[in-house]
Formats: sequence, C-alpha cells, structure tokens
Amino acid sequence: MSGESTYTPANGFTRWLDARLPILRLVNDSFVDYPTPKNLNYWWTFGAILSLCLAVQIVTGIVLAMHYVPTTELAFASVEHIMRDVNYGWLIRYVHANGASMFFIAVYIHMFRGLYYGSYKAPREVLWILGVLIYLLMMATAFFGYVLPWGQMSFWGATVITNLFGAIPVVGEALRTWLWGGFSVGDPTLNRFFSLHYLFPFLIAGVVVLHVWALHVTGQGNPAGIEVKDPKKDTVPFTPYATIKDGFGMVLFLILFAYFVFYNPNGLGEPDNYEIANPLKTPAHIVPEWYLLPFYAILRAVPDKLGGVILMFGAIAILFVLPWLDTSKVRSARFRPLYKQFFWIFVAVCLGLGYCGGQTPDKILIHVGDGGFDVTDLSRILTIYYFAHFIVLLPVLGLVEKPKPLPASIADSVLPGTRQDQATS
Amino acid sequence: MAEIHADEPTRRDFLYVATGSLAAVGVASAVWPLIDQMNPDASVLALASIEVDISNIPVGQETTFKWRGKPVFVRHRSEEEIAAAESVDVASLPDPQTDDERVRTGPDGELERQWLVVIGICTHLGCVPLSYKGEYDGYFCPCHGSVYDTSGRIRKGPAPLNLEVPPYEFVSDTKIKIG
Repeated sequence: MSGESTYTPANGFTRWLDARLPILRLVNDSFVDYPTPKNLNYWWTFGAILSLCLAVQIVTGIVLAMHYVPTTELAFASVEHIMRDVNYGWLIRYVHANGASMFFIAVYIHMFRGLYYGSYKAPREVLWILGVLIYLLMMATAFFGYVLPWGQMSFWGATVITNLFGAIPVVGEALRTWLWGGFSVGDPTLNRFFSLHYLFPFLIAGVVVLHVWALHVTGQGNPAGIEVKDPKKDTVPFTPYATIKDGFGMVLFLILFAYFVFYNPNGLGEPDNYEIANPLKTPAHIVPEWYLLPFYAILRAVPDKLGGVILMFGAIAILFVLPWLDTSKVRSARFRPLYKQFFWIFVAVCLGLGYCGGQTPDKILIHVGDGGFDVTDLSRILTIYYFAHFIVLLPVLGLVEKPKPLPASIADSVLPGTRQDQATS
Repeated sequence: MAEIHADEPTRRDFLYVATGSLAAVGVASAVWPLIDQMNPDASVLALASIEVDISNIPVGQETTFKWRGKPVFVRHRSEEEIAAAESVDVASLPDPQTDDERVRTGPDGELERQWLVVIGICTHLGCVPLSYKGEYDGYFCPCHGSVYDTSGRIRKGPAPLNLEVPPYEFVSDTKIKIG
C-alpha cells in the first residue's frame, strides 16, 4: 500500500526542501494521498480519536505540571490549589482526569474492533503487538497519574499495585523496596511516579509512530477483511475522505467528553480520593479506576497471591500471542458465523469481570441457604472463560467453523454487482 | 570489504571479545548508579528506628505507631487473648508459629506475653487490617477478607503469611525500641 510516492513539489521552495528533507512528501504520502479502503466504517475512526486523546492528555498534563508539587506534604494541597486558585485550573484538571477515562473508552473500542474484524491477523501481527504495547504503557501511565493527587485511593492503589511485585519469588521484596525508595509508599515513591508519569506519554507517542508506520506498511484492514486488489476501485484518498470522517467521529466523541467534563466531572472517579492519603488507615472498599476493574477481578479470583498476580498479567500478555492462537484464515467476523457469537460472549465476559472488580468479593449474588453464589465465584467462572476464549475457543473455532463466502473485492462488498458488471463488459 | 576468514580463532577475535566484554562491564557500572538511586536513601534509612513509650496502653487496648511509614500495632493483650493465642494447634496454621515465637523477652529475661508488636500491614497486598475485628478478635483486613488471630497469625483468607513482627527490644519495662 505504501507504494509509489505521488507527491509532486508545487514550487521552487518545496522542490528545494524535498531534495534535502522530504517531510512534505512523507506527510502527503501518509495523510493526504494515502489510499484508504473505501468500505471503512465509523469503528475505524477511533485511531484518529486516540491520537486526539493523547494530544489532549499531553497538553493538559504539561500545563498541570506547572502548578503541581510532587511531595507528600503538598501534593494534595497543590491539586486543590489547581482546582480553586489557578485560572481555569478546574477545567484543565477535569479535562485531564476525565481525558484518561475517555482515552480508555476509545482504546477499548479500538481493541474490540480489532478483535471483531480480525485486524491482528497476518500480515498485521506486528501492528497489533505494538498496539498491545501502547495499551500496557497507557495502563502504567494512568496508574502513575492516579497516585499523584495523593488521596486515599491514590495511596492505597499504589500500595496494592506495588505489593503485587512483592509476590515475585526471591527478588520480590527487594524489587518492591526499590520501587518505593523506602519501606512503604512515601515521598520518594510519589516523586518518581511524577517523573515517570511525565515520561511515559512520550514513550507512548514513540510507539504510536511505530504503530502508524506498521499500519502504513501493511495498509489498513477493513470490515470485509480482504486485501485491496485494485487501488483504483477499492480505495479512496485519505484526504478528504478519511480526514473528514475521522473529524466527524472526533466531534461526536468530544460531545461525550464534554458531558463528563462539564456535567459529571467526578462521575468516573472515587469520592475517597478527595480525602488526603493516610498511611495508617485503609478505606473500607478499595477499587482501581473503572478501566482496570476486569484485571482486578481476575487478581482477586485466585486464592493464591502469586497465582493471582500471574493470571492478572497473563490476561494482558496473552494478547501478544493472539495472532498465533486464532487459527482461522478469515479475518472479519462478518463471515465467521460462530466466531461472531463467541465474540459477543467474550465482550459480555469482559464487562462481567469489570462488574465483579467493582464489587466486594464476598457480596452474594444468588442466595442459597446461609451462603450462596458470591462475586468471587462469578469472577472465577468468568476468568476461566476469559482464558478459554484465547486458548481453547480461538484455535478450535478456526478448524471447525465453515466461513461464509468472502466478497470478491472491497469494491464488490460496497456495491454488490460491480464486479459482475465488469466481468460481462 | 575484505573478508577475513580463519578456521582457528585469531588474535583479532580475542581483541573483539576482550573489547566487547570491557564495554559491557563499563556500561553496567555506568548504569548501576542510575538503578541504585531508586533504593532507600540515607535520609530514609536514618529514620529506620524509633523508641516508644508503652506505659500508658491499658490492658485490652492497642496503640498504633508509625515506623518506616508503616503502622506498627502495639497491643496490650489480656489473659484471655493470650490464652486464645496459645491454645491453637500450631500444625493447623497456614504459617505455623507458636505464640511464644511472636513475643519478645523483657529486660528481666522473661517473655513479655502481654505485649504483641506487629506491623499493621496485611501480608496479602498491603492494606491496614482493622483491630479487634474478625472471627478471632485479632485483626481483619477489609480489602480482601484476611482474618488474623490475637497473635497476628493468619487464620483465613488470601494472605499467605502471619503479620510481620518487626525487629524490636525492650529498653526498659515501659519502653521498646522498634527497628
């Protein structure tokens, strides 16, 4: 897809620049004349929406860092100072805090889109792996950022997550002390988390460049899951078609974003985090931010400490090998009648795990006598299903499923009959 | 490029390996300070021990002190609590320890069974357990439901180990030094 360059410098200056640094050529070939499959739907606008999210987080974050103080004495007060005293500080902080949630909403839609349309399959394995890497970096960044306001949830979230590393045999204890820079979460921990929170978005930006590069080598996937055969018939230029469509998607997304920022700014947060961190008192019910709840549920589902940690990280790690677990050659779920159903079950399982992660583990869902079926029991079933989806269902489905016939070409999938017409003409 | 090929390792091969090894050692020694700077610094280590007065803790009550940023529970145990802790079949515990192993000797050389000193950090994922709660009236962790007895030993729930007894000694009958 990244075939011949179609760029022709318009004047003397651009010709001079093109011979020295072909940056305008790169922009033209990547974002203007870049051939885009003509059947892309709105689920494909989330790549652009995610770029917007990253830009918003970096811009608001840099501004917040001008007012924030990363010490245990002043962190909480400086966040309140931002909220009350700094001009538009409330707006910038609410955009940043809700921006993290919006970023995760967009990334989850983007990832499930990839799962539904088989975007991870050859030749796009590296593209997918880079995406999982970005997701991991996002979770780390979000975790560091959540610690900074130094509220009760910040402190105890940091305590629980850093203690996960203490479960590693032999080196766990030393590793945990090293992460803390002390014997518990304290001043050195807060300070280094601030430093890393500032660094990680730029690492994300770096991997995003690789992600887009890999995308432009293989070309975009599309809802039909078939490759471009004739660029003239199957594709349209990125500008204006994809830019306008992405722009419209962004506007719709920003409406949702603005709803949270202006009408429900703390709706996705935990009220406990407006209480200053107290190392001597754990809140009665500690939960991570919503986007980490499914993994928290997996962690709690396992009765063994190390086992829980392994499964929790395994739930993410398994995504790296997904391209080799799915044995079906057909990409799009449109043409995979069985996979399509299991995909939606999988979505429900992930949402179910998210629900479990937000509840107390001993909450009884179905009463039987004195005890009954509690949240931990449900988490266990869902955890088993989560892993079975990747390890059992995907390899087996590819072998037993009879896919529907694929369209002859992308053009044919958009305007059926185009190809027949051509065949007869 | 001229191709150098020899069946035997040459002096040049030796030089390559020697240079590469030295470079690796050099890089490792340059990186180590960047890694080690994250370990506890001198000012953190300087706060590593505290001395506390326990004379005003009545029987059946507990006071929390902050040591190394963590809560330390100093519990003045009643006769019943001591008896409950001692009557347990040690072999049945997830992390077997007798009650005597969890208390320390006073200045007179006798075991100070009435004083239980433990770090108030659940050994599961680091929450602070609630005192005088749970089935054994010892400690109960609200985060993931671990239950400890009056000796701070794990009895139920996901925590793998007993509450840690910090290093401490009796300076006098009424004072202990933690750390």
